[in-house]
Amino acid sequence: MESNPLFKPGHTACAGCGQALAARLVIDAAGSNTIVVNNTGCLEVFSSRYPESAWNVPWIHSLFENAAAVASGVEAALIYLGKKDITNVIAQGGDGGTADIGLQALSGMLERGHDILYVCYDNEAYMNTGVQRSGLTPFYTNTTTSPAGSKFLGNPRPKKPMPEIANAHGIPYVATASAGFPQDLQRKVKKAISIKGPKYIQIHVPCPLGWRHETELTYQIARLAIETGLYPLIEYENGKLVAVRKIAQPKAVEEYLKVQGRFKHLLNNPQQIKQIQEIADNNIQKYNLSEATT
Amino acid sequence: MFGPLVVKPNKTKGDKTGSWRIQLRPKYLQKNCIACKMCALICPEGCVKGKEKNTFIADYNYCKGCGLCVQVCPKADIVMVEEGPEGEKK
Amino acid sequence: MKEFLEGSRAVAQIVKLCKPGVISAYPITPQTHIVEELAKMVADGELNAQFVNVESEHSAASVVLGAVACGVRAFTATSSQGLFYMAEVLFNISGLRLPLVMTCANRAISAPINIWNDQQDSISLRDSGWIQLYAENNQEAADLHLVGYRLSEDKSIMLPVMVCMDGFILTHGMETVDIPKQEEVDKFLPGYRPLYKLDPAEPLTMGLLADPDYYLETRFAIQETFKDVLKMIPKINEEFKNHFGRDYKDGLVEEYCTKDAEKVIVAMGSVCGTIKEVVDAQRAKGKKVGLLKIISYRPFPYARVYDVLKDVPRVAVLDKAVSPGAYAPLAIEIKATFFGKKKFPKVISSFVAGLGGRDITLESVKEIFGKLTQKEVSLEFIDLKPELLKEEYGE
Repeated sequence: MESNPLFKPGHTACAGCGQALAARLVIDAAGSNTIVVNNTGCLEVFSSRYPESAWNVPWIHSLFENAAAVASGVEAALIYLGKKDITNVIAQGGDGGTADIGLQALSGMLERGHDILYVCYDNEAYMNTGVQRSGLTPFYTNTTTSPAGSKFLGNPRPKKPMPEIANAHGIPYVATASAGFPQDLQRKVKKAISIKGPKYIQIHVPCPLGWRHETELTYQIARLAIETGLYPLIEYENGKLVAVRKIAQPKAVEEYLKVQGRFKHLLNNPQQIKQIQEIADNNIQKYNLSEATT
Repeated sequence: MFGPLVVKPNKTKGDKTGSWRIQLRPKYLQKNCIACKMCALICPEGCVKGKEKNTFIADYNYCKGCGLCVQVCPKADIVMVEEGPEGEKK
Repeated sequence: MKEFLEGSRAVAQIVKLCKPGVISAYPITPQTHIVEELAKMVADGELNAQFVNVESEHSAASVVLGAVACGVRAFTATSSQGLFYMAEVLFNISGLRLPLVMTCANRAISAPINIWNDQQDSISLRDSGWIQLYAENNQEAADLHLVGYRLSEDKSIMLPVMVCMDGFILTHGMETVDIPKQEEVDKFLPGYRPLYKLDPAEPLTMGLLADPDYYLETRFAIQETFKDVLKMIPKINEEFKNHFGRDYKDGLVEEYCTKDAEKVIVAMGSVCGTIKEVVDAQRAKGKKVGLLKIISYRPFPYARVYDVLKDVPRVAVLDKAVSPGAYAPLAIEIKATFFGKKKFPKVISSFVAGLGGRDITLESVKEIFGKLTQKEVSLEFIDLKPELLKEEYGE
């Protein structure tokens, strides 16, 4: 795309990685006047293995759970130097590093009102360590620590409502995005960067390895998640739901589940599929996603 | 004395991940392309470049052959072909 | 200018003069007064710094990490449980070779929970790659922060410094402290000029993954740099003397009446003040006793310890920490100093005292001198209350 891309090819992400795609889109939208703080995770590991680095912007990785806190220090330093107005700060991490182990640091950063954009790459499990269940793993997902067996059918809990948790902190902007909607993703990043204060964007990113699907289906599967209503694309501004991506004709969740190996144990379990359909239906109602209603 | 610590990105070249492709590679037919830029946008490597119609092409030094560009092209102007003598790895 | 004030306030005054740009604060007894005093200075416009009230010590350390990575001098303080909570960040800071000064107000470790002084907290983090300097009194505590920033930010060092001061005893004790003027401090401690920093003008990647082909050299580098620290501390203390008049000699140890001593106690921190009083009293009676105060615990000044103690027949090491299942932490270092050497004390006895804030009195110190006979004491707890050991559970 550009002669000097901010996120360079030559990193060791899996072929078809949704997170690599999203990370590139995010930093391209934010621009070169950005300092990035990254949690430990797939993105950090495949983009910064000494002596290689995919990052053409100042970038630091500290620990698993403290990107939001380190970013708070970066932001404070920039304010002290009088450079905050011309420098964006992005703190980013995966779903585990954000919703579980990183929740404390994130909450502190949001509450203190730092001018930082936090991006959560939600591939719905601890992928870097081999597909373990996280707080954002959906209902009935087969992961290595919530496996589908003869007694239990996978993760017994729904996703932690992270966008709502972020929104409850009273921050100016919260949005969900998807690797299946790249332009929408970049629009939201640009919008967030233009707002002063803490912002939270959660990006749904399929993981061909962890979700068990073909590498070329990353884009379609991401779109299916949105088109079933399972992953609402929404925007909150100053606490109010201001925009959603409407779904013309919501697809049945089975269409989304059947193309991923992590759900294949459900295909003969109509009761569980019904429960997942309920989640989708509730989302459609709660966020008013149906185009049929105004 | 510090040891391996900080890296200047402009000094790095990245892995030649094009070597990951075993079977297939995307062939850019450059016939019906409308320059919608979706292939460049969707590539997780960011190695697809182009400007006007029929100028888009992947950098085969880095292309991992995931096939996303093929799926996303509205004009079916990209097809997966066998790695072979015709499409030599540069 | 000499002021009569609480140790925490003296530290805050000195830190203010060091002009940190970012301060992170999380309360924990007994360091809280330090950050409270700094908060007041910021609120009154006396100190131009970003004051970040974090939600945990882990984040307190992370915030200063981020600030220093951007080239801005930073400060935080903690104790005990807080130090342990930020432990992984401390290793991270030294591994990333970021300069920093942090005050550790030494406090005992839970369980049982105990807010009073011992040195278990900082000693348990001796492997963290931080330089550790121990203060005997509030003047030293204040001065060590100035020395600390100079040392830490030296381009050949770039390692963080932990200034350890005994909680309550020093932090809440009121003493006369000479606080220098801003101009004097500015001449001794210039602004921080980073070796590398996060700056969009020149992108850098920090905190990369180092696989087995690369990790070993980073640790070797830190180990070697600590040798440079041993040489740098005396140099900086020489400069300090020229600027401020106070002479800490090499700044690694303090010899007190050790020249012809027959019995020497080795100790760290505020207990050294008590020991000096006993030494004075006993010397007045003609007894040849002395004190070797360790200031720099990391790097450990083996060569200096050897110099001072090689001709002393009996040495007692007073530890305010334990390493359960093994010899006491300071005692081990003293013993290791002499292994394989031609000259060595005939007896090196190890005593543990003061844990959980139990007072080490003049009597306790006299008892230690008394127990320093030709029979070596492997490890003995001073001022133990045996009646408390008769608790019975069950039934």
